[in-house]
Amino acid sequence: MELVLTLDQIGSDDRESVGGKSFALAAMVKNGMKVPGALCLKADVYHRYLETTGLGARILMEFNRKDFAEVRWEEMWDAALRIRNLFIKTPMPSDLHTSLQSVLEAKLPGEPVVVRSSAPGEDSLHASFAGLHESYVNVQGAESILEHIRLVWASLWSDRALLYRQELGLEVEKSSMAVVVQKLISGDRSGVAFGKNPNAPHQAVIESVYGLNQGLVDGSIQPDQWLLDRQSGKIISHFPADREKEVVAGPDSTRLQTLSAEQQANPPLSEDEVARVFQLALQAEELFGSPQDVEWTFVGDELYVLQSRPITSSRTEQEQDSRAWYFTLRRSFENLRSLRIRVEGELIPEMEREARSFAQQDLSKLSDSDLAQELAGRQQAHDRWKDIYWSEFIPLAHGIRLFGQVYNDAVSPSDPYEFMDLLGATEMVSLERNRRLENMAAMIREDSNLSHSLSNLSYPQPDHPFSVALEEFIDKFGDLSCSEELCTQGGDAIVRLLLEMASRAAAKERFRPGDIEALVHGFLSRFEGEKRGNMEELLDLGRASYRLRDDDNIYFGMIQNQVRLALNESKDRLAHRGNIQVDGLDPMEVINALNDPDYVPKTATVTKVDETNFEVRPRQLVGQPASPGVVRGRARVIDSPSNLFEFKAGEILVCDAVDPNMTFVVPLAAGIVERRGGMLIHGAIIAREYGLPCVTGIPNAASLIHTGDELTVDGYLGIVVKHS
Amino acid sequence: MEQITGSGSRRETLLSEESELELLIREIFESQKLAVLATQNEGQPYANLIAFAASDDLKSLYFATARATRKYANIEADARVTVLIDNRSNQDSDFSQAAAVTATGTAQEVMASKRDEILTIYLAKHPMLEEFVRSPSCALLKVQVETYYLVRRFQNVMELHVK
Repeated sequence: MELVLTLDQIGSDDRESVGGKSFALAAMVKNGMKVPGALCLKADVYHRYLETTGLGARILMEFNRKDFAEVRWEEMWDAALRIRNLFIKTPMPSDLHTSLQSVLEAKLPGEPVVVRSSAPGEDSLHASFAGLHESYVNVQGAESILEHIRLVWASLWSDRALLYRQELGLEVEKSSMAVVVQKLISGDRSGVAFGKNPNAPHQAVIESVYGLNQGLVDGSIQPDQWLLDRQSGKIISHFPADREKEVVAGPDSTRLQTLSAEQQANPPLSEDEVARVFQLALQAEELFGSPQDVEWTFVGDELYVLQSRPITSSRTEQEQDSRAWYFTLRRSFENLRSLRIRVEGELIPEMEREARSFAQQDLSKLSDSDLAQELAGRQQAHDRWKDIYWSEFIPLAHGIRLFGQVYNDAVSPSDPYEFMDLLGATEMVSLERNRRLENMAAMIREDSNLSHSLSNLSYPQPDHPFSVALEEFIDKFGDLSCSEELCTQGGDAIVRLLLEMASRAAAKERFRPGDIEALVHGFLSRFEGEKRGNMEELLDLGRASYRLRDDDNIYFGMIQNQVRLALNESKDRLAHRGNIQVDGLDPMEVINALNDPDYVPKTATVTKVDETNFEVRPRQLVGQPASPGVVRGRARVIDSPSNLFEFKAGEILVCDAVDPNMTFVVPLAAGIVERRGGMLIHGAIIAREYGLPCVTGIPNAASLIHTGDELTVDGYLGIVVKHS
Repeated sequence: MEQITGSGSRRETLLSEESELELLIREIFESQKLAVLATQNEGQPYANLIAFAASDDLKSLYFATARATRKYANIEADARVTVLIDNRSNQDSDFSQAAAVTATGTAQEVMASKRDEILTIYLAKHPMLEEFVRSPSCALLKVQVETYYLVRRFQNVMELHVK
């Protein structure tokens, strides 16, 4: 069976095996349109690679740790990173390599190419994956093309492609990928044409930039835009861009180049050329029977069509919106830089302010109707921040992954998470706090008199170095570590904790000064000149994303908590009325009932608890490996801040979500187990800093495990064993 | 931040976790005809295949064996047994998708008064064993299950202790 086809070899039965993109290219060639020559690798090549190398089974195992619909986005990122690394490290089987190499050398000898995805099912009328999978521009030589083919395959498993499939409810196991290797046409003007404007059906839209299309597609270069009347083809309006730069082919890949003064002053297309592009879009529409989204490029006066896909206008507006969101996970560096300023400077402080102002409100003093208003206000704030969480915070966290990907490609480390060590070596507030605690514990450890008197709750003089350190600590971190317990007991709670810390040897941080610098040097030394400067900036951005990571979760958690408090207060009051079943009552119904004493709310149907013959106990729980190592110890389940001060050295910290306010007990812990999954959550980050075994992503961790349970935490395999 | 997962279809579960696991075990039992039985003789483990059936409450497993067999002798000496039932298909996907149930308990011959009732259950599942089971030299055994160990997704293990 032929695994690779040229465009003229693709027949009408081949749509499934070559994917929509190749199939459309072949149809246009047959119709006499000018298409750059291309080779199509059938999806069978992908399947054969997965099967022969065993990679397919490994990917399946990655995704069957839990129900796909339950996988959190942070976990999806991790899985995507690990899978991409598998593709990078797994070469083509030698027979496949040999045969593909000979076809490539025979049909596209020595020419620069574009390697694009052409997944079957991609770009149908019902779902558009446009831009969700990778394309690589300006790849040269059979060896390099083969490597990039593997990267295109890997992009089937990128976090954004996975999240999109999760949302559409598609089965990941059934996904497959064909690839187009297309001659690179170094166009001097390029663009896209929408045969039908989704927002104004009687119009067509043409967008154009100087140079290659890549800058337009990834959003880094603003295009000139024309709106045309679909009937007459007349230009209705032209929106010129601030023309500054263009994307051109570099020695490898592509680079940005400043436009000449003449180019900056003139649109990339003349009116005649706009008309020619419009004709091209109509020709494609006629060929495929529906309005098309066409990519094209001009070389001098020659107009080439690069690809054509249906406009998915039959989909509802909401679906369109959601795909746009997945696109934001593909932000360019420029994009991320301005996003960082907004998140760091405005959003996070604002969210924190809002959470704190809710916390100051004394709910018990409010009248019923004021309480209803307060609850509605908190619910609204919650919904607003939830939107922002999706639209701003998650995309910013992409900075971490962007860096990770560049790092892994450049350094090929054996540990795919090595880049986290570089990013983590920034001064996080929680680490400084832990260091101060460690210093005070050391004073107690070294001074048996001090230890003895503190155990009897007798404090040294105010000018004693320990007292000074304690005072400073409370000054600086009193607010951060303020739980109910700490606020009522003041220094006593901290002293208890310090005595516990002093009872065991000082915790070691994993890195010595100099280690991180060596990693940074090892990374940067792989780049030269301008590129090296870019990499330094990328590192800085990655570190900022890393610092901000999880702060968003913490403050959002505070807002959620404030909604909960208002809801609980409201329900308590309704319960006192005696005639209302408040369990599972919807917040809207609670508000209605508060506002109207006679209102009888619709109660939620209570889930029936089934009779069973068994008592269920977990034995071995599967999560994700988040920090390597194996340890056995007793569980301490933290379900409220006050539990923290009961923490004993050598216990395993088990919780729903570690937040930075909890991390001061981490130096005492022997291991960490957390419900939330992924490497980017705080529990995983802090466990790595201290070299503690950590398993994340265990659903119901805090309810399946109880304080005192004997656990083994296996941070290599990502499993937790509960011993009986 | 539980509610902030993708808006992907979250399965509406009306069953408690206990019932869900029980249902899964029932499905595995219904899909399988054979099980692995482990017995021991002076510390030497011994495993072999048996044709099994389960009681409706899942508290008992039944199988038949000729009295002259090694497994029968082993059980006479030590009634503690383990039974393994799984739904693997001998494919790579088994590592992630197959589920296995290990049952520990004690085995004994079915009492004469119960024999007909249990035989009905057993033969409904294995009609081709009619002659075998009715042979005078064949014993019908019941394993009183104490605990089920359910393994899914390669490494996920839950215990179900009979109340």
